[in-house]
Amino acid sequence: MLSVTEHKEIEFSSELLIKFDEIVTRYPQGKQKSALLPVLHLVQAEYGWISPEAMDKVAAYLQIKPIEVYEVATFYTMFFLRPQGKYVLEVCRTGPCCLVGAEKIMTHIENTLGVKEGEVTADGMFSWRGVECLAACGMAPVLQIGPEYTFYEHLTEESVDKLIETLKNKI
Amino acid sequence: MARKLLLENINVPGIHTFDVYRQNGGYRSVEKAIKSMTPDAIVEEVKTSGLRGRGGAGFPTGMKWSFLAKPEGRERYLVCNADESEPGTFKDRYLMTHIPHLLIEGMIVSSFALGAKTSYIYVRGEMMPQIRILERAIAEAKNAGFLGKNILGSGYDLELYVQPGGGAYICGEETALIESLEGKRGNPRIKPPFPAISGVWACPTVVNNVETIAAVVPIINDGGDEYAKVGNGRSTGTKLISASGNLKKPGVYEIELGLPVEEFIYSDEYCGGIANGKRLKAVVAGGSSVPILPANLILNTINGQPRLMSYESLSDGGFQSGSMLGSGGFIAFDEDQCIVRNTWNFSRFYHHESCGQCSPCREGTGWMEKVLHRLEYGHGKMSDIDLLVDVSKKIEGNTICPLGDAAAWPVASAIRHFRDEFEWHVTNPKEAMERNYGLAKYADPLPKLEEVVSEN
Repeated sequence: MLSVTEHKEIEFSSELLIKFDEIVTRYPQGKQKSALLPVLHLVQAEYGWISPEAMDKVAAYLQIKPIEVYEVATFYTMFFLRPQGKYVLEVCRTGPCCLVGAEKIMTHIENTLGVKEGEVTADGMFSWRGVECLAACGMAPVLQIGPEYTFYEHLTEESVDKLIETLKNKI
Repeated sequence: MARKLLLENINVPGIHTFDVYRQNGGYRSVEKAIKSMTPDAIVEEVKTSGLRGRGGAGFPTGMKWSFLAKPEGRERYLVCNADESEPGTFKDRYLMTHIPHLLIEGMIVSSFALGAKTSYIYVRGEMMPQIRILERAIAEAKNAGFLGKNILGSGYDLELYVQPGGGAYICGEETALIESLEGKRGNPRIKPPFPAISGVWACPTVVNNVETIAAVVPIINDGGDEYAKVGNGRSTGTKLISASGNLKKPGVYEIELGLPVEEFIYSDEYCGGIANGKRLKAVVAGGSSVPILPANLILNTINGQPRLMSYESLSDGGFQSGSMLGSGGFIAFDEDQCIVRNTWNFSRFYHHESCGQCSPCREGTGWMEKVLHRLEYGHGKMSDIDLLVDVSKKIEGNTICPLGDAAAWPVASAIRHFRDEFEWHVTNPKEAMERNYGLAKYADPLPKLEEVVSEN
């Protein structure tokens, strides 16, 4: 699973390293492993996904074994282990959202983008997937788009079309 | 209007900022606690209030605090559980979005009571906007001298940090949350030792839900006695209810515990009834993990008493005819909803979220999902229904953490109360693909108790 794609050697920017350094100060001396999740979020925000090379670099930075990063990156569903579209539409697929039409929304996104769940559009702009409960059941159906995790609530087929158009035209 | 203790000022413009929050009486409890109370007195006040954990388990908060070990020379930690992921629950998101300083204020008072010098708010990773809101609020509070070194000149130091999760429901379980905070997979720990003895980095730790921490603010402001006057019996205070599903006005409501369920669903002050003029078929009252009840049993207990929104009334009748208040995730199903499909959906959720540590849960949730899928898609056998009950019983009670129970209960209760709908899926597979079973008898008045007893 971790070796499906070829990667280039990566080097974290000094801006990113400054952010890492600040995060590490939040924990007691010697407990810098606690910074792993926040650091992985920053890596994903920067590169769009988390490659094995990036994981190795994170391990070296936090002075932990690479396996300690792999097991965490593969456990938490927010971390992408392969490249995604520039915008990943994550639609809530759990009970309360389905009571008010989430399944229809997912079918509509699949048809509009022309790619199956988990696949990337040919232009590299979009991918989509169903995710489990996003804790927004009162505003259902909902979707989110990282790395900001902006929320889109009370979705209709029309509002989804509008959203996709807006994202397409965004520079 | 019912009394509000947490959301009273939620509609004040700018209440998310420190200045407006402060002008509206914010941070009074910090001044009172730090200047005029001892940590032990605060713990006693919380005990007096009768406050029970608002994350779902309902354990008395003051008692949980009093279990915290206080060995000399060891750090102690308070960790706020903002990993809100229980399907149907979105109250913590609402509170953190609109009135973040209430949580910060509660964290300061609670940390002082527990003797914690560093505290963390563990927020589920998907709530990045809320993480940014909280970080801004923390910076404002620090700037005003309510956090950091020597708070209000008292000599008490406190640093407060926000920690993002990574999208794992299991991290709402307190020991999994602690593992995650340590930078590991969210595998729950075997208890004992409990976090109060050995929690984060093996130090004594208290983990409390967002709403629990927020409720400490009115308890300290007005006193535990005053807080205990609100509510009903052992269900003291107010509760944030997340209302979703087929309701006219879904959303977050602060209710006084003891409010009749019927009033909550149908009155205009709350949910305003069922959307689109439909009739109510079923309710999951406390988040997806708690037993689902048909309309007649959610409105009245088996004894014919009106069902109330309280810990005791919602669990009246045990699992035979009752449910639980849980996290207050109130999901309403109208007559057009399919119980089999929803049960399959929930079981897929638990299968996806099982951490995989205990085999009954790892394997059992997968089997339940598969069997429910074939029932829903017209390939089920009559024996599948009892098979599901059997699998659910083999998970329940046989796992390290309550996720196993949480996965078993929705399936077992759906079959308990809606067995004829499951059977109909087996006997009429084609029809079941085209239409739903409908309301059937699920909203009919309950039979008199004597008849129920004589049948058994």
